[in-house]
Amino acid sequence: MLKNITLGQYYPVDSLIHRLDPRIKLILTIAFIVAVFMVHTLAGYAVIFAFVFWLSRLAKVPFRMLLRGLKPLRFIVILTFLLNLFFTPGEKVLVEFWIIRITEESLLQAVHYSLRLIFLVLGTSLLTLTTSPVSLSDAIEILLTPLKKIRFPAHELAMMMTIALRFIPTLLEETDKIMKAQMARGADFESGNLFNRARAMVPLLVPLFVSAFRRAGDLAMAMESRCYHGGEGRTRLRVLKIQNNDWAACGIMVLLIGLIVLEGILL
Amino acid sequence: MTETPRISLDGVSYTYEEAPSPALSQATAAIREGEFVAVLGHNGSGKSTLAKLLNALYIPTEGTVLVCGYNTKEEKYTWEIRRRAGMIFQNPDNQIVATVVKEDVAFGLENLGVPTVDMIPRIESALATVRMSKFADTAPHMLSGGQKQRVAIAGILAMEPSVIIADEATAMLDPSGRQEVLDTLLALNKNKNITVVWITHFMEEAAKADRVIVVSDGSIVEDGTPGEVFEKTDRMRELHLDVPHMTALAEELRSEGMPLPGGILTVEDMVREVEKIICPSKSAT
Repeated sequence: MLKNITLGQYYPVDSLIHRLDPRIKLILTIAFIVAVFMVHTLAGYAVIFAFVFWLSRLAKVPFRMLLRGLKPLRFIVILTFLLNLFFTPGEKVLVEFWIIRITEESLLQAVHYSLRLIFLVLGTSLLTLTTSPVSLSDAIEILLTPLKKIRFPAHELAMMMTIALRFIPTLLEETDKIMKAQMARGADFESGNLFNRARAMVPLLVPLFVSAFRRAGDLAMAMESRCYHGGEGRTRLRVLKIQNNDWAACGIMVLLIGLIVLEGILL
Repeated sequence: MTETPRISLDGVSYTYEEAPSPALSQATAAIREGEFVAVLGHNGSGKSTLAKLLNALYIPTEGTVLVCGYNTKEEKYTWEIRRRAGMIFQNPDNQIVATVVKEDVAFGLENLGVPTVDMIPRIESALATVRMSKFADTAPHMLSGGQKQRVAIAGILAMEPSVIIADEATAMLDPSGRQEVLDTLLALNKNKNITVVWITHFMEEAAKADRVIVVSDGSIVEDGTPGEVFEKTDRMRELHLDVPHMTALAEELRSEGMPLPGGILTVEDMVREVEKIICPSKSAT
C-alpha cells in the first residue's frame, strides 16, 4: 500500500497545464480567485464555470476529480448558504413562516457566496492536481525571494517543505512497522470509544516522535557533511523558465478578468 | 605517489560535551593516497567519532587533523574539506534529502554553487559509476537499502572527492546490499584512486582492505595489513573482536597439527593453502 502512495493530490499526466511554469500557475490561481470575487451575476458564474471546465479538459484531469476536492468542504458550503439565506435582510419576501424569512436578496446572496466558495476550491484544486508538490515548493521559494530583504526565510521554508515531502513515505512506513510491533504486543488501535482510541495512539506516537527526532539529527549531519550552508550562494538543478505557453496563459487570464469586468459594467 | 598523506591524525583527542572521559584519545595515524583502510572496533570504541573528525563535523579538542593538507580547525577550509572528504552514513534513509534520485545527487553540487549546465554531466557520470543511471528519476523510498547507499555514494562522487569515509555504511543492509556497497567502493578505490576509510564491525569486510586500524576504548591499538592484524587471534579476542572465520578455522586446524601458514583471510586463501598440503602436484602446475 505504501509503494504507490501519491503525495498530495497530484494527478500525474502530461498536459499543457501540467507543463506550465509553477510560478505562473500560482500567480494565475490567485488572479482567478480575484476574478471569482468580482463576479456579480449568474451569467458571470456561467462564464467561470465554463472556464474551469475547459481548463480541466486541457489538463486531462477528469472533472469529477476536481469535484472531489469539494467533498471535505461540503458542510462549510451548505452552512454558508443557509446562514446567508436566513440572515440577510431584504425587502422582497419570497417565503415567510414562523421565524424563517427568505427574501429575494438573501437568496441571491446565499447563491453568490456559496458559488464563490465552490469556485475558489475548484481553482486551487486545479493547481494542486496539475502541479507536483516539489515544483510548488520551488515556485513558492522563488516568489517569496524578494521577501528575504525583510528577513523572511524563503529558502528555509522551501527546504522544509522538500524534506517534509521526502520523509512522508519514510515515516508512513515506520508508523506501519511500529503499529504492527505494538499490535504484536497486544495493543488495540481499533476498538473502544474515541477517547480510548486516542489513548491507544500514545504507544504509537511516542516511538514515532523519538525516531523522527533521531532522523532529523542524522539528516542535519548528512546535509552539513555535503556542504549545506543555507541558501546563500546556492545554485539549483531545476531551473524554471517562462515559455510562450506561460505568456499565453497569462493572456487568457487577462481576457477572463476583462470579460468579467465588462460584464459587471454592462449588466 | 606523493609523500604527503591524504589524512593525517596527530595526537588527536575528542571529548563530547559533558562526557567524563574522551571518546578518542591520542590517536595518531597517516592515511596515504589510494589506500583502502578499514577501521574496526566494537560499539562505543570511538570509531564513529574518528570518522566524524575526518570530515570537520567534529573538531578535535586536542591535536590536529589534516585532510588533504587542510587543518580541520580552520573554519575557512571547512567546506573545502567536506567536498574533498565525502561521508556516507549508517542509515540509508536519513541521508537522502531530495524526493528524486538525481536531485539528491545534485544536492552537494547545489550547495557548492556549481552552475546548472555543469551539474547535469557530473550527475550522470556519478550515477553511471555506481550503476544507478536507470533510477535517476525514481523516488528514493522505492529503492532498496543497498541502492540508497549507492545513491549516497553518487551524491559524494559528483563533488569529485579524493577521500570517501563510510561510517558503518553497511550496518543496516542485508548481505547482498552490503556486498553491493563494498564492491562499489572497492572499484572506486581501484579505478579512480579514491582513498577509502571504511568503518565497520564486520571482519569479513575488513579483510578486503589494504590496511586495518583497530580502535578500542578510544585508542588506536592495532595498525597493519589484514594478515598481520588478524594473525593475532588472541589479541583480537582480548579486544572483543572476532577474526574472519577462515583465520579462526586456520588456527584451529593448526592446533590439530595441520601445517597451515599465517595470513589466511578468505575462503580463496584457505582453498589455495589446503590444496598445497593435500595435493602438492596440483598446486605446482
